[in-house]
Amino acid sequence: MEVLLAILVGFLYAAGVYLMLRRSIVKLLFGLALLGNATNLLIFVAAGLQRGRPAFVPIGATEPKGPVADPLAQALILTAIVIGFGLLAFATVLTRRVYDLQQDDDLDALSGGEEDV
Amino acid sequence: MTAVHPLMVSLLTAGMLLAFRKNRWAMRLLSLAGGLVHLGISIQLFREPSGMLQLGSWPAPFGISFLADRFATMMVLVASIIGLAVLITSWIDVESREEKLGFHPMVHVLMTGVCGAFLTHDLFNLFVWFEVMLMASFVLLGLGEKRVQVSGALRYFALNLVSSLFFLSAVGLLYGWLGTLQMSDIAIRLAQTEERGLLLGIGALLFLAFAIKAALFPVFAWLPVSYPMPSFGVSALFAGLLTKVGVVAMVRFYCLLPADSTLQSFIIFAGLATMVVGVLCAIGQSTIRRILSFHIVSQVGYMVLALGLFNGLGLTACLFYLIHHILVKANLFLVGGIVHRIQGSEKVQECGGLASAYPWLAFLFWIPALSLAGLPPLSGFWAKLLVIRTGLDQGNFSAVGVALAVGLLTLLSMIKIWNEVFWKPLPERTEPPPSRRTLAILAAPSVALGLLTILLGVFAQTGIEWSDQAAQELRPQVVLLEEPAE
Repeated sequence: MEVLLAILVGFLYAAGVYLMLRRSIVKLLFGLALLGNATNLLIFVAAGLQRGRPAFVPIGATEPKGPVADPLAQALILTAIVIGFGLLAFATVLTRRVYDLQQDDDLDALSGGEEDV
Repeated sequence: MTAVHPLMVSLLTAGMLLAFRKNRWAMRLLSLAGGLVHLGISIQLFREPSGMLQLGSWPAPFGISFLADRFATMMVLVASIIGLAVLITSWIDVESREEKLGFHPMVHVLMTGVCGAFLTHDLFNLFVWFEVMLMASFVLLGLGEKRVQVSGALRYFALNLVSSLFFLSAVGLLYGWLGTLQMSDIAIRLAQTEERGLLLGIGALLFLAFAIKAALFPVFAWLPVSYPMPSFGVSALFAGLLTKVGVVAMVRFYCLLPADSTLQSFIIFAGLATMVVGVLCAIGQSTIRRILSFHIVSQVGYMVLALGLFNGLGLTACLFYLIHHILVKANLFLVGGIVHRIQGSEKVQECGGLASAYPWLAFLFWIPALSLAGLPPLSGFWAKLLVIRTGLDQGNFSAVGVALAVGLLTLLSMIKIWNEVFWKPLPERTEPPPSRRTLAILAAPSVALGLLTILLGVFAQTGIEWSDQAAQELRPQVVLLEEPAE
């Protein structure tokens, strides 16, 4: 399972980088989203996979029964997902602004006119 | 006072400000009050660093730790000064539309992020503060309406997001490997490990992430396209604080690592390359803020070089350089703002005659400009002296030569601004000069920062002693690491 997920992470990184290198701003956004998800999966795999052992304490007990999955990694991923969601929402708005201002989705067209600050 | 107090003040101020978005003056006064309280707390914290704080009383490696050591409190104090200076400038500098859109709350959120990044002692928490800071800076950058502004904001956004993802990946891998994210605990566990490959891989990822944030060569391209875009106050805030947070993170992390000559020479090389490329790019620029932006890149190179030299006075030099640079660079951007206000342009060709028309402004420019170039008795001289002294002590003469040459080229750029903006005859006036009140408000923070620069130069001994104490506090982690684990 680790190997499979590791390959998936690598694939997502590759796809994300590919999309980011395109000229379209929307593809840049998708690329960033893919990279974000790949990173979250990477944390998940790096912290060690545990199957069917949720980090819950049974009702009435003071500690979980037996070994459980590491809850901290899940907390990290949850935080990262929330932050990533916020950033992507902002990026969407920014993309919309760019489109409104220049009626184009081309990153190269955007780079012109730097001198007229 | 504990480590979380400055953070709470900034965050509370930001929250309260959201309630006053309709009333411009209420917002300004509340914002200023928040800044003043923040400064007061920072001074108190600096005088008595409160040390380690465990949030929620979780014992050390399990909870999130905050560490208010001398280094962190020093940086928080400097950041607080810059924040206050920018808040005062913003009364004139920021358009009312931008104020309504949330300039003031965002400045305080930015301060929360910056101070949080200085104070935290947990790697994942550092990531979160980075994001808080970045989110606020994205909004501040994106407040503008012009195409170039939005274009700059987009590039800034994309590159910083990539850097954050590198950082997050490294944090995940480090946690998977060592099972801890608390910085001291990481240092202890790294000392016991033998796996150089894994360490270098994760270290390289983290170094790349911090290098993007600190705008090192070759990943600095986002800086000169985005920093000159917002209003001058925001530019000053970014120039003073944002890249330096990257440097601070680099210092903190580097102090956790076992001594390693490969890594050290790599960091020295990155610093040298950044210095040279930054300063050469600056020569070809024609607007004040673009020139200054490339000088940020170049000066960050000095800090990283000092960090790379590390032993002896190296770390001290790096910390002293950080403080000096934040004060000076923010001040230069503020002076640039005054020039822009008077002349209606920041292209150096279109400006002129300010030395005769506004001699005080020329003086205000000279202080940070000469300090940046490293002329005695200003703070920059001592900062550069420390770096060069360390280079000589360690026999790294090529680094010393480059540092001296880059200092001269910096002076060249400053003289270019001087010749064009201040010395050459006044071009045809198109705009009426700004009122005395406007100039007084814009100049006040600049005067204060200039005074601090002079004080830091005249009483350099005190500043260097502070930096040295801070460096000594950072060092034990490394000493601990250099001893072989029994």
